[in-house]
Amino acid sequence: MPYDIYAEKIILNYEHPHNKGVLKDADTRFKEYNQVCGDEIEVYIKINNKKIKDIKFIGRGCAISMASASMITDFIKGKSIKEIEEYNVDTVKNILGMDPGPVRMKCATLSLRAIKEAVEKYKLEK
Amino acid sequence: MYDVNKIREDFPILKIKVNGKKLVYFDNAATAQKPLQVINGIKYYYENYNSNIHRGMYKIAEDATARYIESKTKFAKFINAGSIEEIVYTRNTTEAINFVALTYGNKVIQKGDHILISEAEHHSNLLPWLWLAKRKKAHLDYIKLNKEKTGLDIESLKTQLEKKPKITAVFHASNVLGSVNDIKYITRLAHKNNSTVLIDGAQSIPNMKIDVKDIGCDFFAASAHKMMGPAGIGILFAKKSILNNINPLFGGGEMVKQVNKYSCTLNDLPWRFESGTQNIEGAIGLASAIDYINKIGIDNIKKHEQNLVKYAFDELSSIKNLEIFGGNNEKNKVGIISFAINKIHPHDIAYLFDKEGIAIRAGHHCAMPVVSELSKEHSISRMSFYLYNTTQEIDAAVNAINKIKNKFNIQ
Ligand SMILES: Cc1ncc(COP(=O)(O)O)c(C=O)c1O
Repeated sequence: MPYDIYAEKIILNYEHPHNKGVLKDADTRFKEYNQVCGDEIEVYIKINNKKIKDIKFIGRGCAISMASASMITDFIKGKSIKEIEEYNVDTVKNILGMDPGPVRMKCATLSLRAIKEAVEKYKLEK
Repeated sequence: MYDVNKIREDFPILKIKVNGKKLVYFDNAATAQKPLQVINGIKYYYENYNSNIHRGMYKIAEDATARYIESKTKFAKFINAGSIEEIVYTRNTTEAINFVALTYGNKVIQKGDHILISEAEHHSNLLPWLWLAKRKKAHLDYIKLNKEKTGLDIESLKTQLEKKPKITAVFHASNVLGSVNDIKYITRLAHKNNSTVLIDGAQSIPNMKIDVKDIGCDFFAASAHKMMGPAGIGILFAKKSILNNINPLFGGGEMVKQVNKYSCTLNDLPWRFESGTQNIEGAIGLASAIDYINKIGIDNIKKHEQNLVKYAFDELSSIKNLEIFGGNNEKNKVGIISFAINKIHPHDIAYLFDKEGIAIRAGHHCAMPVVSELSKEHSISRMSFYLYNTTQEIDAAVNAINKIKNKFNIQ
């Protein structure tokens, strides 16, 4: 894994994030915080047939958390609830194409944690 | 002549490398590095007279007791307190302030009373008062920041004092803005309104001459670790007349003269407030730190910091998209510069500084109200200097800033 955690791809996704915004008709949403950087993120998810139909996020924070939210929300579209439950730190490293290291991992996984919580909430409410 | 290179030789840690680069330590407001004189003072104690104080009837315990008391004598002199009776050792500034809120505060504050602090306090000079106000159903009032957000608004102070707060607690130097309060003036105004005054001296004790008699304050709190002493030992100065009228928080060994089954006689000042075995090595390290500061001269340290702050202002002010908080009058500042770079989050800045071997702080700096006031990210970056920092190190920081801006495609 490359050492530079601020690769071009990360900076681009930070400057021009994908899937930024809210989904008014979301089936589930969740807000998660990151103590390390004071980041916060809220994800809105539309689910159809146990698959992610659409996802958007709002939030503020460091480049790593915001860029990874952009890339992870891209990646997550069309995936099944079951698949999402199995995603972990390695999934995030692969999506980002780098290893953020122990301290910044909390930033990198912030959106995935929010997504997992939102999906869990959805399952409980069903 | 102030010889910064000679001073640097006293600090072993300044020789280490971080990420292949020489360490540049710019987080002195969080904690200061320790000179050999302090390290050796503690080592010498461990190797030559480690023992418990006050009670041992043998040589090394007498030595340890004498050195512990000597530490207090030195500190009392350092801030011009009346005597060691007015010096209580705590764990840190935080514990010193909490102690005052839990003893003196609990005693004097009643329902409906007012307590006055400011919008720019560290959490450790906010939460003890917030909780005290809640416990007693009293009011917690805030002195506002001035319009420029560089320090406190004196008109606001005057307005709030009209509510006759029983306690006024303010910082001496702000850990976020770097600005210095005129605490002598504040104390005088507060006293006119019958308010007792606590000064949070965490950021002024390392670099400013403190004279509690001249200031006139009732309490002054500080931490040894910010003035090159060890962590785990803090200091509360309190006027003797006040200490004589409050009860200890903790009961235990050493704080009583005589105990029977249903009563006790308290020990003299200040010992009745120090129950159980104390941080002896901490006190000894603090004494070495005071000696070290006295050797260099606290006014020289202050001047060196101001020179660094001025140099940094000059270098930073020409950088586009960079904002400095707390004003740029180095005469009214300790060695703290908080800043933001447009569109780059402070944690990315701190992380990338580290890649250059430069340690800075990013975040809310345990002062969330003021940082939220300054930044919509609720987070800012801070460089803080001390006696061993150099202008070359500031050049390295300026280089790092330019590199970071490049990376983020910012002009
Ligand atoms: C202004 C101010 N007050 C209080 C404190 C608390 O000091 P300590 O953590 O040593 O108790 C700090 C430490 O950062 C500070 O900067």
